[in-house]
Amino acid sequence: MTENENTTNDPIIICEDVHKWFDDFHVLKGITTSFKKGERAVICGPSGSGKSTFIRTINRLEEHQRGTIIVDGIELSNDLRNINLIRQEVGMVFQQFNLFPHLSNLKNITLGPMRVRKLSKRQAEEEALALLERMDIADQAYKYPSEVSGGQQQRVAIARALAMEPKIMLFDEPTSALDPEMISEVLDVMRELAHSGMTMLVVTHEMGFAREVADRIMFFDEGVVIEEAAPADFFDNPQHERTKLFISQTLQH
Amino acid sequence: MEELTFTQEIKPPSTKKGPIRWLKDNLFSNWYNTVLTLFAIVFLYFLFKGVYTWVFTQAKWAVIPANLQILSVGSYPREQLWRVAYVVYVLAILMGLSAGIWKGLNQQITSAVACIGAVITLLPIHVNTSVREAAVIATILIAVSYVFGRDRQNLKRWVIIGWVLMFPWMMFMLRGFGENAISTINWGGLLLTLILAVVGIVACFPIGVLLALGRRSQLPAIRWISIAYIEVVRGMPLVTILFMGSLMLPIFMPGDFQLDKVVRAMIALTLFSAAYMAENVRGGLQAVPRGQYEAAQAVGLSYPKTMTFIVLPQALRSVIPAIVGQFIALFKDTSLVSIIALSELLGVSDNILGNPKWTGLKPELYLFIAVVYFIFTFAMSYVSQIVEADLGVGKH
Amino acid sequence: MAGFFYSNMMSGLSDQGHPLSLSFLRNEAGFEITEGIDFDPSDTYLKAFWVGVVNTLRVSILGIICATVLGFIFGVARLSTNWLIRSIAAVYVEIFRNVPLLLQILFWYAITLSLPRIQDSITIADTIILNVRGIYLPTIAGNEGLPVWLWYLLSGVGLAIIVVLCYAGLRLLIDSTEVQQTDRPSFASNTILGAKWFAAPVFLIVAIAGWFLSPGQPLQIVRPELQGFNYVGGINFTPEFLALLVGLTVYTSAYIAEVVRSGIQAVVKGQREAARAVGLTETQVLLLVVIPQAIPIIVPPLTSQYLNLAKNSSLAIAIGFLDLFHVGRRMIAQTGQTIPIFGMIMVSYLIMSLTTSAFMNWYNRRITRFER
Repeated sequence: MTENENTTNDPIIICEDVHKWFDDFHVLKGITTSFKKGERAVICGPSGSGKSTFIRTINRLEEHQRGTIIVDGIELSNDLRNINLIRQEVGMVFQQFNLFPHLSNLKNITLGPMRVRKLSKRQAEEEALALLERMDIADQAYKYPSEVSGGQQQRVAIARALAMEPKIMLFDEPTSALDPEMISEVLDVMRELAHSGMTMLVVTHEMGFAREVADRIMFFDEGVVIEEAAPADFFDNPQHERTKLFISQTLQH
Repeated sequence: MEELTFTQEIKPPSTKKGPIRWLKDNLFSNWYNTVLTLFAIVFLYFLFKGVYTWVFTQAKWAVIPANLQILSVGSYPREQLWRVAYVVYVLAILMGLSAGIWKGLNQQITSAVACIGAVITLLPIHVNTSVREAAVIATILIAVSYVFGRDRQNLKRWVIIGWVLMFPWMMFMLRGFGENAISTINWGGLLLTLILAVVGIVACFPIGVLLALGRRSQLPAIRWISIAYIEVVRGMPLVTILFMGSLMLPIFMPGDFQLDKVVRAMIALTLFSAAYMAENVRGGLQAVPRGQYEAAQAVGLSYPKTMTFIVLPQALRSVIPAIVGQFIALFKDTSLVSIIALSELLGVSDNILGNPKWTGLKPELYLFIAVVYFIFTFAMSYVSQIVEADLGVGKH
Repeated sequence: MAGFFYSNMMSGLSDQGHPLSLSFLRNEAGFEITEGIDFDPSDTYLKAFWVGVVNTLRVSILGIICATVLGFIFGVARLSTNWLIRSIAAVYVEIFRNVPLLLQILFWYAITLSLPRIQDSITIADTIILNVRGIYLPTIAGNEGLPVWLWYLLSGVGLAIIVVLCYAGLRLLIDSTEVQQTDRPSFASNTILGAKWFAAPVFLIVAIAGWFLSPGQPLQIVRPELQGFNYVGGINFTPEFLALLVGLTVYTSAYIAEVVRSGIQAVVKGQREAARAVGLTETQVLLLVVIPQAIPIIVPPLTSQYLNLAKNSSLAIAIGFLDLFHVGRRMIAQTGQTIPIFGMIMVSYLIMSLTTSAFMNWYNRRITRFER
């Protein structure tokens, strides 16, 4: 495990007893946790355990029905201005990339900076090109998302989120929809991002990535965090039966 | 860690909101919604006020009950109306039996029809007693045959045969024979509307299927004839085809042979809807995966057998909603035959308004006719939504 | 079978004494058409048919424009967060979709016929006049100063182009290094975008100065005015035209509203989420992400609604508006040339539908570039 010199003690995300229901189905059953500035947390668990729903409540793509979530000092409520403020500070990367198919890769990235941060077109494009350079796909800028590979699309999506200069990045299974040979190019980019000191919440099944990069691993099952620990403890000395089972199943592959 | 598994079951916070919260969320959530709501309220106030005063103080509704018979059957002779009643009774029995035997969708459609019957029975306005009587009998027949048909699967085949024979028998029944035969000129009103729509959709079905198969044929001649027919007819308005039916059909017939006006309209409607049916069926054929053809050929079925037993059943099942949609459109389109001087539901309004007693009552009459059309088409589109949900069309 | 019909046809035609030929088109029509292009009873059948074609196009094109605007408004309204607006839109769509178009047109015609007589016309702001003869709207007409002003406009365009070229030259001089990095087409569009702040004012100044320098006023609004027993000047739409237009517009707009609604709903949920996650407001999500993706889904069914509207304009015959079909019908009644005239009608409608579907195919090919 690497020592993370970026972590400070101020929590940037605070969750208190967060509950969420889909109709009668109880998805999140009272999540209480907090994330420090610069922390890298990996969230794992079986499908349907509520892990995706949890990170989606943090930028309010899902609305929680009980409890409080405070992101960078702003409490999430129905107030539209708060939601928009938070969404500018929280970048998100989706499993299915969700790039805008009607815009070129470059315009996918400049859309937010131009419309929300009110940058000039020129400045936005300069920043976008720099980000694409950092993602190692500067040559794909003028193509459309459908014209590039899945791994490249996901890197464009990461660049799109970074272009808003967020303080926090959320990753919702970023490699699950990718062909095996493309997973590593996306993980490389995420690794680089982690070393730059970004606060990251990553939902993933990539246990190698978790062991190498994470400060903390949270294990979700049936809407509850049943175990959270540093990677070394989590993998070598799991406490809970279900965690043991999960680790043995995922490491077999 | 074990205690975590015993998390208490907590109910979700009540989703029922108070009326004030509802108003705030749905009408006044922000400033522009508030402005829109206020504008809409003012608009609705004036609209309702205008409609209310017209409907309840100015309109002369006497024209409707006085002409109810003309509106429903046109100038069908009064003493022959028992023929219509019998057709309705037999239909009621068949519907009730089907609902009992097949349940599901049949049940919903039949109960809808029974409701209409019950409404007519209880209608507060003054209607002809015999009409009320017929409605009562029909409703009871539906109920009785439904109860009788439940759990009698052995009747299945007879009911299907009944439905098939129903159609020619109905025409025969309504027309009569010999000296008392009722000329189709006297068919009118809602009766004619329904007959034209049903004839149009039923008769166009075989032609439509053949055209759809023809369009996919390997033989260029058949393919091009089918394509030309489908595209030409779909490119033309129905009125022109109706006029062609009344002006051109006689040219192609032997000199002394006179085709009945209603029959000409039926032919025109059938030829028109066949082109649309063909396109619907083609959509269904395209939805059948290639693997089905290959599997059928692998088993050794010939082309006609592959089509009849494997491909068409799957294709037709998936286009049922589209066919229902086409029927709704055709039902509305039958109103165009009033332009070639047939007295269907819309056409009879001219006959009624021609009576000096009722001149100037166009708005009342049109509104009533509009309501009748609306009830039928709205009910049918509701049924088609259920069909779609039943078949799971559009679900991946 | 075809032979049977053919021989019947030939014998039928020779009985009526109508050999198949198109020469009758040069004969004098002998009936009046008060709608659309000026037409005199002494004009030929061919011209009569042409007037009918133009009338069909007139009512169809105007109807398509109005129905599109109304349809988009109601389609978006059906998805409003405001319950009242949503419900009004739903009721509108259900009512006008489920009542036959012919009935609706007859209804609107009854209303236009109950408008006041000419003496008691309803006037709105002294420019729009409504009476039993239909609606009168003001028009714009050119004066003798117009040609002079047009020259000013042309020189304004010329000056603006010179400004753009100068701007491009300057930019090339200033940052010639940057141009090599970006591709050429985007340089051209960037230049025009940047130059618009200089070129547009130049054009406007020339245009406005020219307006005052031209003799008299170049353009003038002509209001309809009462002369004797009728209104003169402006454009007049007859009650038949109005009833047909309103009927076609309202009926088709209900269908277009459904097309628009389902097109917007077809844009996958992930797209909205991604747009929100970037921090766009709900309005921006709709305008920048959802609608641009809904348009390609909407266009094919929208085109077939346009075609339906054009075909439905043939219902004109029920209220006496002289569209192409109605004129054709009259020509048949007078000449007995059933087959050639039906042929002309058929060809006219086919040309309309073929051009429309050609456009659709072209459009589909163009947009598939960024299809998923």
